[in-house]
Amino acid sequence: MSQVPDQHGRFGPFGGKYVPETLMNALIELEDAYRKYKDDPEFLEEVRYLLKQYSGRPTPLYYAERLSEQLGGAKIYLKREDLNHTGAHKINNTIGQAVLAKRMGKKKVIAETGAGQHGVATATVAALMGLECKVFMGEEDTKRQQLNVFRMKLLGSEVVPVTSGTRTLKDACNETLRYWVSHVDDTYYILGSVTGPHPYPMMVRDFQRIIGLESREQILEAEGRLPDVVVAAVGGGSNAIGMFHPFIEDTSVRLLGVEAAGRGVDTEEHAATMTKGRPGVFQGSMSYVLQDEGGQVLPAHSISAGLDYPGIGPEHAYLKDTERAEYVPITDQEALDALTTLSRLEGIIPALESAHAIAQVLKIAPKMSKDEIIVVSLSGRGDKDVESIMSYLAKEEGQPL
Amino acid sequence: MSATNAIDAVFAKLKASGETALIPFITMGDPDLDTSVALVQAAEEAGAHMVELGVPYSDPLADGPVIQRASERALRNRIGLLDCMAVASKARERGVTMPFILFTYFNPVLQLGLERYFDLLKEHGFSGMIIPDLPLEEDSEVRALAEASGIHLIPLVAPTSEARVERIAARAQGFVYCVSSLGVTGVRSSFHEGIDAFLDSVRRASSVPICVGFGISSREHAERFAGLCDGVIVGSAIVRQVEEALPLLTSGQSSDRERGLQAVRDFIAGLKPRAAV
Repeated sequence: MSQVPDQHGRFGPFGGKYVPETLMNALIELEDAYRKYKDDPEFLEEVRYLLKQYSGRPTPLYYAERLSEQLGGAKIYLKREDLNHTGAHKINNTIGQAVLAKRMGKKKVIAETGAGQHGVATATVAALMGLECKVFMGEEDTKRQQLNVFRMKLLGSEVVPVTSGTRTLKDACNETLRYWVSHVDDTYYILGSVTGPHPYPMMVRDFQRIIGLESREQILEAEGRLPDVVVAAVGGGSNAIGMFHPFIEDTSVRLLGVEAAGRGVDTEEHAATMTKGRPGVFQGSMSYVLQDEGGQVLPAHSISAGLDYPGIGPEHAYLKDTERAEYVPITDQEALDALTTLSRLEGIIPALESAHAIAQVLKIAPKMSKDEIIVVSLSGRGDKDVESIMSYLAKEEGQPL
Repeated sequence: MSATNAIDAVFAKLKASGETALIPFITMGDPDLDTSVALVQAAEEAGAHMVELGVPYSDPLADGPVIQRASERALRNRIGLLDCMAVASKARERGVTMPFILFTYFNPVLQLGLERYFDLLKEHGFSGMIIPDLPLEEDSEVRALAEASGIHLIPLVAPTSEARVERIAARAQGFVYCVSSLGVTGVRSSFHEGIDAFLDSVRRASSVPICVGFGISSREHAERFAGLCDGVIVGSAIVRQVEEALPLLTSGQSSDRERGLQAVRDFIAGLKPRAAV
């Protein structure tokens, strides 16, 4: 498989830089800076140091013995990204970008957030590095994730509720880009996923590759061989690409992305971009998009705010079309059931996002043999979701825990 | 057959008379398509030299709150690219003669298919297009079709474009759309501090006229730029006038509607820079 992206930020037909001219030089400046530092030993050492001493990496690859036994099939390993500082994989990327922002001489950072995990991870590194930070969050999400809003404020960041459009992640991204256009001189945009215009999909992937790199090494150490299947949840797709990327050349490893089917892919309330979307240009890059016939972007739905996004990173579109990875939908209900199962069998409450990946594991593991291996990215912890799970269960009658 | 593009013809005429072009932007389908046709007509009556027909889009990255709200209103009526293009034909039928420029984000164009898009541009009598999220790195296919069809692909250039100014201006068609300030579209009181030097650099690099937009909302603004460029583009300020006139435009009474249209017509007429004598 050839190196992607190319110098235009293209993953096959996907990716690129579809942004107003007002942003082009900021993106070029960012790309130049990233190319300058990405192989710089001092830069890499600073990132490595913070990942280890500040975030607690490497995260464990935990053999979920009781879950594996209960399902009666493949051996299941959980990559414990939930054990990172701030409770999710998001900090892998924000550490990298904040170190870059500092190198570029920027004093202010901005970020978009859906569930609030990326916002918290950005607010955290901003505090650590003394950067002024504003986080844009859809008003709808600020209500669903009040705890994270408070967390960001506690860390010294300003949270800007976004009231345009659907008032969720999609519009938070739009508003962050608009703000950036007006403040490109002194502000660095820490984008949280492998979406948006080049170089973000490439750069965020590079910072998240640590998930797959460690997993690959850890599974070889534990089992002496590569896994048969690697599973990760996909919203914008940063934890999934980070997990998949180091395995791409290992063609024996099946890569399985799990997207949010909400109330079902045959309803109008889902976020199943790969299953129900088609290629289009959205928020700066060409990829799969949930859209109507005329090319208007459709609102997405998922119980998980982090997967509630009508787009997906361009490299995932490329992996789908080249058939290197598969993408399957999991409903709200399936994710909730998986969350309960994992909590009870392993004492680990996963984030609703990660619960989608677990749900897919519950489906495939029983059909696999006992000497087969699944590695699943447990991208975040579920503490932040406890309240929304309670209210969901309260609404659906006959669903006491 | 290579007929002169109507945009080129208008600028040639204005140059001869020493006038600055006034180019209003109107969001299509806000509040409805019939009103959009009437607003285009009103713009010409008010002295506009060409008009931008704005296609509402779900994710208008380059636009500020005023045009975002107008887009949201239009989208509630399920107004799409095809409806917007048809406004041009209807305005022609009512006798509007000025050139039409389609302002649309790229995805609706992509979903329609480029060939069909260009066929329809021609069919509905458009002379140019602005696609704000299609920078020069991504525009080769559209550009080739635009050149083949004689319909201008009008590029944006920003104060931050720096080294890109020359590349953009050198291959511009119709005119170069100079963004007056950093940020999104919308009314503002100040312009980018280096604006005059910026316009000068665009002027020197460009073989086509240059026009200024983003934030121009009054005759004073228009006159400030009149000597530095060939035209001024006014978007949000007009769309806001339409927003304020919505109760009149949608009351169902034809006298109210005429008063609403008159308010917008008067506003546009009031933007016209007085010709330098």
